[in-house]
Amino acid sequence: MDFYNYYALLYIDDSTVAAGVKEFEEILKRKLAAADLLNSVKVLETGSSGLKDYGIGLSVYPGDIHYGNLSTADIDEIINEHFIKGRVVTRLIVKPPEEQFRTSELGPQDVRLQNRIVLSLSGVIDPENIFEYFAEHGYEAIGKILEEKVSPEKVVGIIKNSGLQGRGGAGFPTGLKWDFTRKAEGNQKYIICNADEGEPGTFKDRLILEGNPHLVLEGMLIAGYATGAAKGYIYIRGEYDLSIKRMEKALSQAYEYNLLGHNLFGSGFSFDIEIKKGAGAYVCGEETSLIESMEGKRGIPRLKPPFPGTHGLKGSPTVVNNVETLANIAPILLKGAEWFRSFGTKSCPGTKVFTILGDVRYTGIVELPMGTTLRQIIYGYGGGMREQRSLKAVHLGGTSGAVFDESMLDIPLDYDSVRNHGGMLGSGAILVLSNTVNMRDYLESVLLFFKHESCGKCVPCRIGTARLYDMVKLLETSDNKELILNEMDKLSETMNKTSFCPLGQSLKFPVQSIHQYFGDEILRS
Amino acid sequence: MGKLVTIKIDGKEVKAEEGANLLQAARDAGFDIPGLCYYDKVSPSGACRLCVVKIEGMRGLTASCTVKVSEGLNVTAFDEELEDHRKSLTELLISEHKFGCMTCEVDAACGLEDLAYRYDVTIDNLPYPARKDLLPVEATSPVILYDPNKCILCERCVKACYEIQGKGILSFAERGIDTYVATDLGGLWVDSDCDGCGECIQACPVGALVPKPSIGKARRWEVTKEETICPYCGVGCRIEVEKKGNEIVKINGADGPANDGRLCVKGRFGYEYQMNNDRLTTPLIRENGQFREASWDEALDLVASKFTEIKNNYGNDAVAGLASARCTNEDNYVFQKFMRAVIGTNNVDHCARLCHASTVAGLARAFGSGAMTNSIKEFEFADCILVTGSNTTETHPVISTYIKNAVINHGAKLIVVDPRRIDLVKYATLWLRQKNGTDVAWLNGMMNVIVNEGLADKAFIESRTEGYEEFEKVVKEYTPEKASEISGIPKEQIIEAARVYAGAENASIVFSMGITQHVTGTDNVLSVANLAMLTGNVGKLYSGVNPLRGQNNVQGACDLGGLPNVYPGYQKVNDPEIKAKFEAKWGAKLDDKVGLSVTEIMDGAGKGTVKALYIMGENPMVSDPNLNHVEESMEKLDFLVVQDIFDTETAKFADVILPSFSSYEKWGTFTNTERRIQMINPVLDPPEGTKDDWDIIQNISKRMGYEMNYTNADEIMEEISDVSPIYGGVHFKKLGNDGVQWPCKTDAEEDRGVLFLHEGTFSRGLGHFSPVDFIPPAELPDNEYPYMLSTGRILFHYHTGTMTRKVGALNAFESGPYAEISPEIAERIKVNEDDEIRVTSRRGTIVTKARITDKVAPMSIFIPFHFAEAAANRLTNDALDPVAKIPELKVAACQVEKV
Ligand SMILES: Cc1cc2nc3c(=O)[nH]c(=O)nc-3n(C[C@H](O)[C@H](O)[C@H](O)COP(=O)(O)O)c2cc1C
Ligand code: SF4
Ligand code: SF4
Ligand code: SF4
Ligand code: FES
Repeated sequence: MDFYNYYALLYIDDSTVAAGVKEFEEILKRKLAAADLLNSVKVLETGSSGLKDYGIGLSVYPGDIHYGNLSTADIDEIINEHFIKGRVVTRLIVKPPEEQFRTSELGPQDVRLQNRIVLSLSGVIDPENIFEYFAEHGYEAIGKILEEKVSPEKVVGIIKNSGLQGRGGAGFPTGLKWDFTRKAEGNQKYIICNADEGEPGTFKDRLILEGNPHLVLEGMLIAGYATGAAKGYIYIRGEYDLSIKRMEKALSQAYEYNLLGHNLFGSGFSFDIEIKKGAGAYVCGEETSLIESMEGKRGIPRLKPPFPGTHGLKGSPTVVNNVETLANIAPILLKGAEWFRSFGTKSCPGTKVFTILGDVRYTGIVELPMGTTLRQIIYGYGGGMREQRSLKAVHLGGTSGAVFDESMLDIPLDYDSVRNHGGMLGSGAILVLSNTVNMRDYLESVLLFFKHESCGKCVPCRIGTARLYDMVKLLETSDNKELILNEMDKLSETMNKTSFCPLGQSLKFPVQSIHQYFGDEILRS
Repeated sequence: MGKLVTIKIDGKEVKAEEGANLLQAARDAGFDIPGLCYYDKVSPSGACRLCVVKIEGMRGLTASCTVKVSEGLNVTAFDEELEDHRKSLTELLISEHKFGCMTCEVDAACGLEDLAYRYDVTIDNLPYPARKDLLPVEATSPVILYDPNKCILCERCVKACYEIQGKGILSFAERGIDTYVATDLGGLWVDSDCDGCGECIQACPVGALVPKPSIGKARRWEVTKEETICPYCGVGCRIEVEKKGNEIVKINGADGPANDGRLCVKGRFGYEYQMNNDRLTTPLIRENGQFREASWDEALDLVASKFTEIKNNYGNDAVAGLASARCTNEDNYVFQKFMRAVIGTNNVDHCARLCHASTVAGLARAFGSGAMTNSIKEFEFADCILVTGSNTTETHPVISTYIKNAVINHGAKLIVVDPRRIDLVKYATLWLRQKNGTDVAWLNGMMNVIVNEGLADKAFIESRTEGYEEFEKVVKEYTPEKASEISGIPKEQIIEAARVYAGAENASIVFSMGITQHVTGTDNVLSVANLAMLTGNVGKLYSGVNPLRGQNNVQGACDLGGLPNVYPGYQKVNDPEIKAKFEAKWGAKLDDKVGLSVTEIMDGAGKGTVKALYIMGENPMVSDPNLNHVEESMEKLDFLVVQDIFDTETAKFADVILPSFSSYEKWGTFTNTERRIQMINPVLDPPEGTKDDWDIIQNISKRMGYEMNYTNADEIMEEISDVSPIYGGVHFKKLGNDGVQWPCKTDAEEDRGVLFLHEGTFSRGLGHFSPVDFIPPAELPDNEYPYMLSTGRILFHYHTGTMTRKVGALNAFESGPYAEISPEIAERIKVNEDDEIRVTSRRGTIVTKARITDKVAPMSIFIPFHFAEAAANRLTNDALDPVAKIPELKVAACQVEKV
């Protein structure tokens, strides 16, 4: 495995291409080669930075340095100063807007690679070269299963034993989910990889897709074999241009080497995978809306039961799994359920990919064993708070998770324990808020998000999100804040109990936890 | 009905059908669980969440409308927590709802208002401010007003339009709090394909969708409601009439056996004619070319004396009568009895001649009985439906919904064979576009494939039919190539259609005037019957041959002997035994020769052999072919009596006009296209000065010395059931809401007649195969008249327009005459949309507006016949089918020019 001193991310999108990023990249690589730096600086392409106004942009890790408005004339200086002498070129630095998130791994040097399962190869191998994946036991798991004729029951059994839970948010046991579909009647069954990743700020799935697309494909193949499906779809968020491009490349390579298609490994098992672009709405990440949207309908949740496991895409049994879930599959089959259980906690084995966001020194992605505490993550990996900031709150698990204060930093992060503490681990997003944040303002932004993302199907969520938003605005000026906060609790409770899908149901977590932990602040203001 | 299981609701044991909807079951058991989005006619959507309950063993709360009943469910329907949440949900709904119940059309009949009352929620006691901004109202549809500010987004309308009506016009636009109901994702309602059936209005639990014509007409508590049967087409939909005083303010679909609450735009909105001031309210007598008002006595005396005089001077057969497909069975019975027993002639016919005479003739020969073999609702469950010569969506709108249900909800295969790209083509697996008038060819072609590929039902042919060998000989000649050459349908499509039809478990054929109105009409019908017998698709549930009858009571008018060759119940006039029976029953001397048909009556009038004509509720001056000829004939008549509710085009020629009741005012029965005899009720009081049709007839009869003393329709039906075996078990008191389907021969309450005909044995014993050869239409395009003309009906108007053209809502959809012409013709004669064109045939000419569309085949033109000012029937050919005497209304050659 190669180690690089620096990772240099180039943002490739329409605007940077127009600004000449391709030429920039070519010259950069040529000059790095000339300076004999190819072994210590890894140039990676990534998608849009979201930094539209900064022309050609380059981010350097570790260090979390963002250069913008670059031209080829700047290349020598960056190489000489930054890559050789380790000195930041301050005149080229742009500071990205607060709400925009970057797309790389976490910076600090002490990331313990031995703790990684799904990201172990991301940023290490060339994702566009299938041989690099082969070299790391790629497609060995599915190959072995097919050659040794391991029965589907047995495969499902291994996944069950591993204790793997879905990483898309709900934490449903994956083996059990597969078993429903395996047992379901149906000539045609489907595997859908949920790569919609609509949670603001979260980009863990993207990192996996872009860093090691074949790992996901192999997971889907195994899922297909285990459940009797012959067709898979990857539903990728529409904005993830690079993920789509990498995936397309990976698919064509896999087809080229007969790892997809007809009669794989001469076993009689056939499997095809197609990419579908997401429709854009947050709720389209919810599995039944996702299926509706794939069928060309409005992305609105379906009635459950029946569950997709038995009645999914086009009414056929369908497994919907998150990208990260699928990325765990091949490693589990290669190394065994026991090995997998050696990570994490007893009730939630394995690792989790967390996204650290907000006012910490280093934002980004880190894969850690389940059960790691918030404190370890924020201070160990996130580098603690930014200068002159102190920690006020942590919004855990995505927008629909609870917002905790400092007192909760030591709870171990796994599905059960967070749930027991009145929150949810969700997608593993950790948004750290500092003392500069006004919690009413923050709640307003959360409620605006929900009002915007409610699909509108059911009364409690459609109207409830609107009324909650009205109420949080009223909090600003009202003389009777306490009453409003109580009504908000009550309404969010009705929404929790009666909403059609988890979007409306989970709004109570941020609403009630902010009241619980930060009610005083709101009342005082 | 499924198995009964026991469930527990709030501690009480309740029996319910396994698999039934839990909310429905709970409500049926008296648990009044609230819920606004549940609608028993569509799939549950679980959107309002009001019906949440607790179910033992299930996490959290569950919307009961989304749960199916299963043994042992233990449900908590009411407790404090549930009621709290329901109140919260009500508060949310009210907070989004435009306040203004006092001016709302559905005040006192609104699901949300009830809910607010129940949970004591008002705009003033909400825990948060209500929404204030208002969205614009969508009022572009001629019949529907949609107010998004009242909409609770329950999805009932969206589902009703798709799942019930099979149209899918509506959907939600936008998302979240901005969601609203829209056509075409946000287009104007008027620009959409919405045809105004109003199913969505009926589904709406609040006042968000309201029928425009009803706005401001009545408060809910001012109306009374009564059910009857729709006065329009042969489907026989049950309607609920809401009236204030003696004025109809609204019509709803009622749960009738033929319609399950569904209606079309005519049934729901076509009532305005009723209130029209043009209603005739006093008898009129022509004097010196002018009509003057007359007393009933004077008018009836005149009619009786003129009929007697003409009878005496020229013989009984100088008098003829036209019965009516729009009057009741009782009216028709009395009418034909009058013609036969009092006048002494069999010269009685009616407009069925023009639509289904060939059906009656053809199916009588093949099966022994000329009616739909199956029931309307069976269509929903057929695996394959072949529709030919029926633009079902427009002519039998509610039947088309069952066909669409079959396709959409049950995956049935639909084969459409039609020269026009009719609406059903959108739902079809296969569309075969034949040249007009080539039906025998493609039917024989399909049968050729079925025979050659061994797809025929040999056992059925063997045991149930006769005449197969002869038939097979002819069919063998019609290879797909030959059939294709004649019909213009690619041979692959003929082969495919044969396989699909013959391969279905049960297959139904639907046809209408596209098959019957040809010089080969009877042949066409025989061919259709052959196809069904060849594959054993008749005499079974869901499988059969189904001619759709046009007018509300055309079936009944035929059944009751409004035909020149038969007494009521298809008993032959030239059968001495039958004649003797009727002579005994009626106490009169009867004639044993077959009388004149409609077209022959007109010819007779023209030639001077028919001197007097008695027309009850028909308008031949628009409906009959070759109108110029009809007009000449009418003018030659010595004496014409027209009995109608309006001063029609025909009445203009009358010597005496007698004003009668409309359907909404009558008591009696109609027989719909599926042979179902249904009660109609007088929901309105008739205008002063009018009389019921049978009563008018009996008053003429008495004056002519033949006593008829019926006091009501019930007594007439008793006589009918006595003389006509197929109506033998029909009695008013037995009919109830569902009626009975003839043949119904016994008085037993359980004898509801026959759902589908010919089970086990055909009416005539063995089914009869007829060898049928292709004969081309009487007139085809040539150099002088280069275009193919065909005529027909459209959704928004009915027959000659006497009722529908007085209805604002219907005129808003389609107000006047037009001709659909193919783009090729438009290009040739250089006309644009809506330009005036002159259409000329060998028989006449009309001026109308061009509508350019590829719905019609290249070089073809289609003209709806409803509009007297540009009457299509001035152009049509009165060439007759030799057997059924039906004119060839579907094929003529014409010339089209720019005006
Ligand atoms: C509002 C909402 C949004 C969701 N978005 C995503 C998403 O972006 N990606 C994802 O994998 N799962 C998402 N989910 C969860 C999915 O419904 C589903 O549980 C998941 O794809 C199952 O995969 P897993 O079992 O592998 O976790 C979302 C759920 C909800 C309610
Ligand atoms: S809770 Fe209801 S409105 Fe909200 S997203 Fe889910 S289904 Fe849509
Ligand atoms: S009136 Fe009929 S066609 Fe029009 S939207 Fe309503 S249900 Fe659909
Ligand atoms: S218009 Fe009526 S039926 Fe349609 S969604 Fe709104 S409230 Fe429901
Ligand atoms: S009635 Fe059950 S959710 Fe609306």
